Amino acid sequence: MSTGQLAPGDQVAVLDVDVPGHIRTPFYVRGKRGVIERAVGRFRNPEELAYGRSGEPKRMLYRVRFAQDEVWPDYEGPGVDTIDVDLYEHWLRKV
Amino acid sequence: MHIGHDHPHAHGEAHDPHAPQRDHDDTLDYYRKLEIAVRELLIEKNVLSADEIRRTVESYDSRTPEGGARVVARAWVDPAFKALLLQDATAACESLGFDMNVFDVKLTVVENTPKVHNVIVCTLCSCYPRMLLGMPPAWYKSRAYRSRLVREPRAVLREFGTVLPDDVSVRVHDSTADLRYIVLPMRPEGSEHLSEAQLAQLVSRDSMVGVTALPPVKS
Repeated sequence: MSTGQLAPGDQVAVLDVDVPGHIRTPFYVRGKRGVIERAVGRFRNPEELAYGRSGEPKRMLYRVRFAQDEVWPDYEGPGVDTIDVDLYEHWLRKV
Repeated sequence: MHIGHDHPHAHGEAHDPHAPQRDHDDTLDYYRKLEIAVRELLIEKNVLSADEIRRTVESYDSRTPEGGARVVARAWVDPAFKALLLQDATAACESLGFDMNVFDVKLTVVENTPKVHNVIVCTLCSCYPRMLLGMPPAWYKSRAYRSRLVREPRAVLREFGTVLPDDVSVRVHDSTADLRYIVLPMRPEGSEHLSEAQLAQLVSRDSMVGVTALPPVKS
């Protein structure tokens, strides 16, 4: 999963793991399913940068679009509402 | 309007309208001391110069929502600029003279349409398109906004006076990584006759965060 092989439209699931440290993946999308909106590019890994390390190798960053009623089963708004979250490749699994 | 003394309170009370202003010196608290210590060490060890720090702080301080408004107005009147802005916002803003180098993040513009309303948040901290809007307002950094915007965006938007029909998709953007979002609001109805400079005057900060839409222009 570290080669950035996801493409717009791909269905993905966010890993549902709880790891310590400087993590940018919000809890509210862990284990949820979404769709790749776009591949943004490669960036140094913030989970490493936060501890003074190089952040290399760079990780592919994706914008992932989730339906709000997937993220929140009791969401009150209409089914057309979505939320986009920026997630690194190592948090995503193709489904 | 009448001439003379019109303070809105009774005379003879404890408050003296002509009392000297209190000083507003900052408190030298833990984090302020830490910032000073780190800054002085960076200078002492030649990692950064005092002048580089000053220039960076001044570059941040010089940015205000008028910058974002200029970009939005240009996008409304110039379709080629708008296409570039949506594809490569950094290049588009540089073409208008904005220095984007100070910010090591990727600016991304999301466009409102009759069917999509975008709104931005940073649930982790306070990521904000500072290069175009300057410093974020206090409410943007509040826990209430950050937690509620992702959970119940329509309720939050309603509190800002923005009520959207159910067939408009509310698209929340959580800035969790290296992107910074700014909303391209829809050009207001009734603004067809206005110049680019006049259009820029209509663009509010909140419309570029996405918590409001721009009202129609009264003729």
